[in-house]
Amino acid sequence: MQGPSPAPSRYDCVVIGAGHNGLVCAATLARGGRSVLLLEAAAQVGGAALTREFVPGFRVSAGAHLLHLMPAELIRDLKLENHGLEWAAQRMTTTALLGDSAPLALSPGAADHPGLSAADAAAYAAYTARMRRFAAALAPIFSKVPPRLGSTAWSDRMALLRMGWQIRKLGRRDMRELLRIGGMNVYDLLEENFESAALKGALGFDAVLGANFGPRSPGTVLTLLYRLAAESSAGASGLSQPKRGMGALCDALAKAAVAAGAVIRTQAPVANILVEADRACGVALESGERILAENVISSADPKTTFLKLLGTAHLDAGFVRRVDHIRSRGLAAKLHIALNRAPPFRAVSEAALRGRLLLAPSLQYIEHAYNHAKYGEFSASPVMEITVPSVNDPTLAPPGQHVLSAIVQYVPYALKEGWESARPRFLDAALDALERVAPGLRGCIVGIEVSTPVDLQREFRISGGHWHHGDLAFDQILMVRPVPGAAQYRSPVEGLFLCGAGCHPGGGVMGVAGRNAAQQVLKGGWFS
Amino acid sequence: MLQPAQDFDAIIVGAGHNGLVAGCYLSRSGLKVLILERQPYIGGAAVSRRLYQDFTYSNCSYVCSLLRPEIMRTLELPKYGLQIIPYEGGCTMMRDGGHLALYDNHDALRREIARHSKRDAEAYDRYSRDVMRQCKFIKPLLMREPPDPTSFKPRDIQELLYLGRRFHSMGEARMYDTLRFWTMSAADFLDEYFESEIVKAHFAGSSIIGTALGPRSPGSAYVLLHHYMGDIDDTVGAWGFARGGMGAVSNALGASFMASGGTIRSAAPVAQIRVKNGRACGVVLEGGEEVRARLVISNLDVRRTFLKTMDAKDLPDDFLRQVRNFKIRGSSGKLNIALDGLPRFPSIPEGSPTTRGDMHVTDTIEMMERAYDDWKDGRWSRAPYIDMLIPSQIDPTMAPDGKHYMSVFVQYCPYQLADGEWTQAKRQAFGDTVINTIAQHSPNFKELILHAEIRTPWDIENEVGLTEGNIFQGELTMDQLLFNRPVPGFAQYRGPVKGMYMCGSSTHPGGGVMGAPGANAARAVLRDLKLAH
Amino acid sequence: MMESSSSHFKQPLLKTPFHRRARELSQVDSFIPWAGYTTVDVFTTAEQEYFAIRNAATLYDLTPMIKYRVIGRDAVAFLNRLVTRDVAKLKPNRVAYCVWCNDAGHLIDDGTLFRLGDSEYRICTAQRQIDWLLDSALGFEVQISEVTEQLAALAVQGPTSCAVLKAAGLRGVERLKPFETSDFTLDGAGAAGGQRLTVSRTGFTGDLGYELWMEPGAAESIWDILMLAGRSRGIRAIGSQALNIARIEAGFLSPNFDFVSAEHTIRIGTDRSPLELGLGWLVDFNKGHFTGRRALLDERQRGPQRQLVGLDVAGNKPAHNALLYKDHGGKREIGHVSSAVWSPTCKRNIGLAMVDAPHFKIGSTVWAEIYLSRELVWERRMSHAQVVERPFFAPERRRATPPAEF
Repeated sequence: MQGPSPAPSRYDCVVIGAGHNGLVCAATLARGGRSVLLLEAAAQVGGAALTREFVPGFRVSAGAHLLHLMPAELIRDLKLENHGLEWAAQRMTTTALLGDSAPLALSPGAADHPGLSAADAAAYAAYTARMRRFAAALAPIFSKVPPRLGSTAWSDRMALLRMGWQIRKLGRRDMRELLRIGGMNVYDLLEENFESAALKGALGFDAVLGANFGPRSPGTVLTLLYRLAAESSAGASGLSQPKRGMGALCDALAKAAVAAGAVIRTQAPVANILVEADRACGVALESGERILAENVISSADPKTTFLKLLGTAHLDAGFVRRVDHIRSRGLAAKLHIALNRAPPFRAVSEAALRGRLLLAPSLQYIEHAYNHAKYGEFSASPVMEITVPSVNDPTLAPPGQHVLSAIVQYVPYALKEGWESARPRFLDAALDALERVAPGLRGCIVGIEVSTPVDLQREFRISGGHWHHGDLAFDQILMVRPVPGAAQYRSPVEGLFLCGAGCHPGGGVMGVAGRNAAQQVLKGGWFS
Repeated sequence: MLQPAQDFDAIIVGAGHNGLVAGCYLSRSGLKVLILERQPYIGGAAVSRRLYQDFTYSNCSYVCSLLRPEIMRTLELPKYGLQIIPYEGGCTMMRDGGHLALYDNHDALRREIARHSKRDAEAYDRYSRDVMRQCKFIKPLLMREPPDPTSFKPRDIQELLYLGRRFHSMGEARMYDTLRFWTMSAADFLDEYFESEIVKAHFAGSSIIGTALGPRSPGSAYVLLHHYMGDIDDTVGAWGFARGGMGAVSNALGASFMASGGTIRSAAPVAQIRVKNGRACGVVLEGGEEVRARLVISNLDVRRTFLKTMDAKDLPDDFLRQVRNFKIRGSSGKLNIALDGLPRFPSIPEGSPTTRGDMHVTDTIEMMERAYDDWKDGRWSRAPYIDMLIPSQIDPTMAPDGKHYMSVFVQYCPYQLADGEWTQAKRQAFGDTVINTIAQHSPNFKELILHAEIRTPWDIENEVGLTEGNIFQGELTMDQLLFNRPVPGFAQYRGPVKGMYMCGSSTHPGGGVMGAPGANAARAVLRDLKLAH
Repeated sequence: MMESSSSHFKQPLLKTPFHRRARELSQVDSFIPWAGYTTVDVFTTAEQEYFAIRNAATLYDLTPMIKYRVIGRDAVAFLNRLVTRDVAKLKPNRVAYCVWCNDAGHLIDDGTLFRLGDSEYRICTAQRQIDWLLDSALGFEVQISEVTEQLAALAVQGPTSCAVLKAAGLRGVERLKPFETSDFTLDGAGAAGGQRLTVSRTGFTGDLGYELWMEPGAAESIWDILMLAGRSRGIRAIGSQALNIARIEAGFLSPNFDFVSAEHTIRIGTDRSPLELGLGWLVDFNKGHFTGRRALLDERQRGPQRQLVGLDVAGNKPAHNALLYKDHGGKREIGHVSSAVWSPTCKRNIGLAMVDAPHFKIGSTVWAEIYLSRELVWERRMSHAQVVERPFFAPERRRATPPAEF
């Protein structure tokens, strides 16, 4: 993919990595009038937001399979729909698979299950409304650069005050409740509100998806609110599935970037970031080619950016120590199954199959699965988020055949026994779990692919194979994400910026880190 | 002060250490104070009891570490007989026969840690520094009333500004460190300093004692500072045994209280706190006797206070809902053991003073976390974390000559078992688990046992009155600290009814034999009465 | 390998290879702990020992100095990122005084850096810090190991020190230039004949002097040879008290007196930068990045808030820990004295002091609040003091190569 204009010898900005954040960043910078070169190591753009063929004739989103966090105005601003983004499904429903009993259907307004008590039904409405209020109050922080603490700059002070005011505006009762539950675990919160184990399991799932937590870990209400706030900030489309998979989103982003004047080079892996007189001044490619630029913006994870591409010699030792301490071991695997028919989920309607399916029948089930992950093991009863994207988008599989895409939660990067020998057993465990809710599934399998965090690390060059580039937890969010001293997208080295999921507000195909970072670059200047 | 219809200015329900501390302060300010205690002895969970021959058991709390020095000084506790004997060390023993000892002497400690990792021996200094920095930040907050962040009252705003300024004065880098410290898990925090499993496990121990968290639960790191709270006060022997057992703390408080004119009635269980015209006006004892007072201060935990000792109609619904949501799960068991002699611990070198401090049994943080997993599932830990002491080595009043008393604190043990109620057989099985665990490290331990008192959270609730047997009168998690403790909007020691106060560990800053909640509650009372404090 | 766990809790302090000799010579049994070792504070009297530093030759047991061996392909790059000086300029067999900082540009420690070979270095410092060194090594191909116990060290200092070493059989030692280091083999027969050792022309006294580095097994025999060779040149063993007088005269900093390592500070505002400590000359902003550089650049631009200076105090009572004031009335506090001594050589009452801007300029006048005990009757005195150049005493002989015969 080559931009239309002749490539200048020197760019205002070089962006490392054409994942969705790198693409958003490049597009935003180009729209801001900068000359931009976007470098990607792989043969195609997209990073982990990629659609690829895993079995002949079957295509799947290799990483995230649902889009729900990307702000509507970002999609609008970059005119992604003009650049080819189409929707296979929007406002998808959530259905919790419950083994023998009928599944539980969740929509924003109501939870539906024959076994649900009237009290739970009523509590559900109140709970979702309250969580939505909290999410709306927290939503504005996503689009902002996290303020520095102790800074004397008015912008930082105002940002802190604004955050406080957003919460204050909730009113005394809600504010107290938010300040209380903010530090809680989602298990206790749901126990306070509901009776049904199935309902609690389904609601608790979103608090731990992609996190290194179990439902009983303090901080999981925060991760839940975080997700809800990001969704709230994104707009009202809910869970969505781009047509032709997540890769199509990135193709649209790439077109938007190129249309704005950015140049994209694939198969151009960066070897290191060039520094002169304590200022980033370009990059050297693995081929040896050197490209000069005013600013270098890296969408690679912070460990890769600082420890490998930049090199510790350009950084203070204490800063390096902090980077080294970032917890970035992935805990989610991806499972892709090519099927010769629609998956036989028990008692799941055709409509429900168009939405997302959860395998998280109770909080205890989730917690037990997490227990194993703490010790470098995987659970025989894994937790999953399942979609059958081919139901909404026939382009992904041959006619009448289907693709099942599952995120398997609590699959440790550092498996004690090593992935080499464990892989077949893990696959068996995952298929057994699916078979329990979809009897006969095994008989429909045409082909199968598993990506463990180790595979994700290798394929997408993410240290630890963590889709957020680093755990989302109290001590790794906002002004301490990825580390203090680099939380405003600026690195300690002038001219070097970060724009990936390792920054505020994290990963999950949001694009916000890329956009916020680009805005910091456009603002110019360095630390005051 | 006293109005004619009243028997007392203030009644304190419960003669636990916080009730006694509050009583002392109020009595010293000239109020006529009555403390009512259900048991025939005072102290609540800070007691010394003779349950077997001439052995004295500190049968609940067992260490004097956090008692605020300003309280000891003001209430003249040394004069009233309190004597603290410092620990001489401490250690963690591993199943493979290895151990890590903690020595007071810095060089001995460095060489000891260096046996496991030379790097950790020096990283220890950075670790101590960082935790001490946090202690310095938190210390003044212990003796203050937490501000209500939703309030516009000048006092609350002033307090919030004070907190903000204090935080700000640390400078940018330390502010981030502080944010992280208060929200991290102990395991993650320790990983940033140490490489040796036993070093990490040893320090992680203090993060789980009494909590319903595991070492990998976020929010467990800050508990690590308890170990340093004493040092920051420059108080020699901050961690120590109370001579005569923990009852000595309560007895000194009781003596100080009575010397200042206070009245204690033991074996006088309170059935109800009476409210008239929206004001607390006294209590009714279980026998039906009514005692009137201008103020009632409850030293009971909030669940017990408001759900069992008050009438729901006297309380706002919203408040009651919050109280019901207050997390107070018990997680600890305790064995008190009379021994026929001193048990041998072959992994500890001959002559080492570490047995005259707190001895622990665990191997790794993973082992502790697995112990926690058992608790989450409603089982006692199959391989529990143990914190044990033999105070009779230093304090001869605790056991007859040549014999010893051993206090064994056990983490984790649930209040409610997944397989039904606690029974005598289950209690015995729990005790056996603990005894067998210790016996793995001490070959002659079992044969020395003369008597063992086994206490589960269920027993602690039934005897001491702590709901669900939670030793801190409520879990010390982020959602139940500072202005959230015990419940949002009521963190300033004042109950939802006029003239009614809370002074137990359910309030800020929480549990441990610290006395700060009692002192802070007394200060709130005196401020409301516009009396000097 | 695990140290046996049976001894350290009984005797936490280690003994140096010179300990038996020190025991024999100690007249007043005055031992103090230093970096985990038992060392001598005073052998006879501090004054006697001090005058031997300035008039004859002295032996001082340096073994407790913490020594780290640094080797590997990236040794220079690692060290250049660690310390504030340009290590690339340090030639083989040369020694440099260095400081290193944390990210905030606050001093972690000072020490001497020896270049022993092409990519082999030794850091010699007063405090243990393997934790910081290993974290600083992230991303560098370098091996760092502590060698404190593998090396015995002895300072031979004083005007006759060169003569003593020559007499002991260190042929050619007179050609050693300041901050130069060289290997020697002891001449002659006897227990130490043929013994190898390394000598550096370095020291902490500001006088002519050397430091000897040897295997612990050779320590006692080398001690004996030196004592024998120095008998006619007034040699004495000295303890830390005497050395402390000399180091203040020489204007050298001592950790935990003149600064506290930023790795150990708990309170806010007690860290010190090299610029504040008057060590700006050690900071090379042009050599490339080092830890703390950006913070120090900022500080340089703002100008230091305070500075460590030399102080010449009126009277003869050392201003130990004295607070300093702008005015005689003692209303406006502007600093404090960190090290103080009556200089027996200069006959001046000197000190090192941390003084706030702008009072640290040479020639400024400040007032020191000194408490005096006159037979247990205490008096407070405000003494006039002047900010002066450091060092207080720097004889030419310390640099002369070859040193003059003495």
